[in-house]
Amino acid sequence: MKLTIGFSVNGDSVEVEVLPHWNLLKVLRDVLELTGAKQGCGEGECGACTVLVNGAPVNSCIYPVLEVEGKEVTTIEGLMDKSGRLHPIQQAFLEKAGVQCGFCTPGMIMSAFALLKANPDPTEDEIRHAIAGNMCRCTGYVQIVESVQHAAAVMSGRSQERAGKE
Amino acid sequence: MSELFVGKSFPRADAEKVTGKAAYINDIKVPRMLYGKILYSTRPHARIKNIDTSAAEKLHGVRAVLTGRNTPNVRVGFLGDQEPLKKDKVRQFRDEVAAVAAIDEDIAEEATSLIKVEYEDLPPVFDPIEAMKDDAPLVHEFDARGKPRRNNILPLPWKLIAGDVNKGREQSAHIVKDTFRTTWVHQVCMGASGCIAQFDVNNNLVFTSVTNVPFGGKDRLDMFLRNIGLKSSTRILTPFVGGSFGSKLDTDIYEFIAVLLAWETKCPVKILFDRHEEFTASPPRQPAIATVEQGCDKDGHLTFRKVDMILDNGAYTSWGATTPSVMSIPVSTLYKVRNIHFEATCVYTNNIYAQAMRGYGNPQATYVVEQSMDQLAEAAGIDPLDFRLINANEPYTESPMRIKITTCPLKECLQEVKTRIDWENKHGKRDGRGVGVASFLHVGGGARVYLSDGQGIIMKVNDEGKLTIITGGTDQGQGSETIIRQMAAEASGLRYEDISIVLGDTEICPWDVGTHASRHLFMVGNAILMCAEKIRAKIRDLGARWMRSIIEADLNKKARRDPDFKAPQIDWSVLENPDNLDVCNGEIFVRDDPENPFLRMKIARVVRKAHLLGTGRGEMVTAEAFYDPPNEMIDREGKGNISCCYTFGTHGVEVEVDKETGQLRILNYVAAHDVGRAINPMLVKGQIYGAAIMGTGYGLTEEMLLNAGRVMNPNLLDYKLLTAKDKVPIDAVIVEPIEPSGPFGAKGIGEPACVPSAPAIANAVYDAIGVRIKELPITPERVLAALKQKEEEGV
Repeated sequence: MKLTIGFSVNGDSVEVEVLPHWNLLKVLRDVLELTGAKQGCGEGECGACTVLVNGAPVNSCIYPVLEVEGKEVTTIEGLMDKSGRLHPIQQAFLEKAGVQCGFCTPGMIMSAFALLKANPDPTEDEIRHAIAGNMCRCTGYVQIVESVQHAAAVMSGRSQERAGKE
Repeated sequence: MSELFVGKSFPRADAEKVTGKAAYINDIKVPRMLYGKILYSTRPHARIKNIDTSAAEKLHGVRAVLTGRNTPNVRVGFLGDQEPLKKDKVRQFRDEVAAVAAIDEDIAEEATSLIKVEYEDLPPVFDPIEAMKDDAPLVHEFDARGKPRRNNILPLPWKLIAGDVNKGREQSAHIVKDTFRTTWVHQVCMGASGCIAQFDVNNNLVFTSVTNVPFGGKDRLDMFLRNIGLKSSTRILTPFVGGSFGSKLDTDIYEFIAVLLAWETKCPVKILFDRHEEFTASPPRQPAIATVEQGCDKDGHLTFRKVDMILDNGAYTSWGATTPSVMSIPVSTLYKVRNIHFEATCVYTNNIYAQAMRGYGNPQATYVVEQSMDQLAEAAGIDPLDFRLINANEPYTESPMRIKITTCPLKECLQEVKTRIDWENKHGKRDGRGVGVASFLHVGGGARVYLSDGQGIIMKVNDEGKLTIITGGTDQGQGSETIIRQMAAEASGLRYEDISIVLGDTEICPWDVGTHASRHLFMVGNAILMCAEKIRAKIRDLGARWMRSIIEADLNKKARRDPDFKAPQIDWSVLENPDNLDVCNGEIFVRDDPENPFLRMKIARVVRKAHLLGTGRGEMVTAEAFYDPPNEMIDREGKGNISCCYTFGTHGVEVEVDKETGQLRILNYVAAHDVGRAINPMLVKGQIYGAAIMGTGYGLTEEMLLNAGRVMNPNLLDYKLLTAKDKVPIDAVIVEPIEPSGPFGAKGIGEPACVPSAPAIANAVYDAIGVRIKELPITPERVLAALKQKEEEGV
């Protein structure tokens, strides 16, 4: 039997009918058509499905959807501002090549977003720790780390010192 | 004129990917779409006695249940050694026995669980050496033509002989011989396999595919359609793809099954693998057992090299069985050696079958050759890095495989590693820390594996002055959207931001061999140069015909608006000859008078004029080109100049080994790469970092554990990919000898950096603790076991 639950997604309140065993990723992708978060493994290992629930990153593929009642969900689709301008983290992933095939990117950016909210000036090790649950097969993580460092610098107004060109 | 776009680290152009808007196969739905699901074998080798699908057929929401017994018997694959749905016999755990199409994934899954299959077990064989014996169980009793088979050895006798190995042996002061093993590893694309098959009203197949070989895939599906009795053809659409690394070269069995389900149901059918299925039912890189023997004279010059490979092919044949064609490149040509003997034997077993993976056999071959190089250097009493410098390839030479080396900065790469890894101070200490080195060469200017190695391209300029590029290539993440724009802006004279790219539709895009073999940038770049030349010529020609009237109209307009305006004296004759005109950054102007504001205008204006002439004689600015490089297919002896140029490089690794735990830490990693010319240095480094980490995983952690044919670790917890926490401090060094055959001097760089990592690490481990690990991956268990053995032998 389906249950109706209410929560907010990227600032909009939604009410959806769900089966109790569904996970949050299924509802985001199949019901709300927010396909940015990806299913890479369905077992909470790869992090491609990372979204924020009340500001904290979760693997939405194993997050029971009933748990989300009354909470705030943020997905990659919620990062651009209303005028369609990219968030500095999104921009940094393009400028520093933190993206290749792009499949892990939405989850990776959400983990980085949560990190920079909590810690605006992270060390390399802190960045690596924050994205340890987000697997990437293309980049070897180097330019992802550089992207997050660049975004941190831009967001805190330190862009000049680090934005050295190749 | 200096270059405006090439050689600069432009940001990635694929912004869809950072916004979540990029649609991958996972994200695509079409109306009336059904979900396909495959039932796999539960036995490694058995006869199928009976398949009972009645319960599955009755399940509400099921639209089709197919088996080998109610579908046409059509052979597929490179050697035609299987049918999509197995009828009489299964030969591996991943054999497709039945398939279901249903209205949702859960019903499809449930339906497959309702299918009952009765098997009669046959004796299996899992070890390729066992499988080569005369009395081994036959994996295939008959070949594709129905001829009885006598053994499990594939009819692909890979052999390359050059010079005289025996003579080389006689000339040797030192000889080493050893056997090495590599293991099964998976491409592990973050986006798993999937497709959507649908038939249009004319029975043409529209196939949404993750392939990186759209036209090769179309050929295979067209043949499949003919073989199941359809006269129609295939249109392939490629969406964004979540990585490839070789896994998407062949048309996989699930894709043929989706076609069968779509034809049966007359509905679109999507099959999307879950992660478990991706590990168990998509073909990985095969393991190799390699015996290598090498010799050198007293001065350290290589005298001969003999390599024998046994490759576990698994139960069927895909491109994995052709990787010896690339293995022969490092075996014959990595360092200067005249006498070569290389043989590779692919053997059927009841294991999962093999496909290609990034490097196409080169990682396995280089792993054995580069460890043998270290062993031989030690036997000769020469420093291993100096030994490589003595034998390093030279520019503009020909190897025993008839490979024509052009630019070749291998010595420079070795020197870069020597300096940056501090070789002099770090090598030879045996104190738990050590340094190791390994080099590679790989195709860098295409690879003629088919009769054509070509790429087509179409360009059109619209009346806003925007350039559309239509190409048959695909992007798996390497950055085509960015580098195509850079090269096209440079070559055409149009603005970078005015260039758009259309790819991923075989109905629209011109023909291309495929985005494989590190060939994309090289091919598309040369095609861009050919095509852009035509576009520039057309624009200049239009300029010569129409600039004057446009300028005159402008001047008249100004004069009408401003009575004081005095028109300048203009020598119109300069505009009459197209050779006097040039095109750059979206504008057309007089080459010798570029700053003259009256003789300069946006390209859009002349193109618009040509479209809207009002005379019935309008024109368009379009051009096409087909670049097919001057490389050769390898001949019957396995020789030939398969690529226009070759890329070289050296990796140096410093490791620290904990003798108590066997744990290994990489302290420093230098990856020096010849790329010809870096079109976009940032993206080049991205390829180097990503591939080197993949190669490091091959060396240290990655392994598909097969137990009696079954994959025991088909998930991302138990298959150990390196994560962001496994920090490897990589120093990517770009060496740029301008390659004459490459676009703007560039060579390919997609695959190579995953090639030398594992042997460099193995050599560093040897330098650190004096034991050589001859099997991959180099796990703490293997390090401890080797240390223990060394202790027991009292060496």
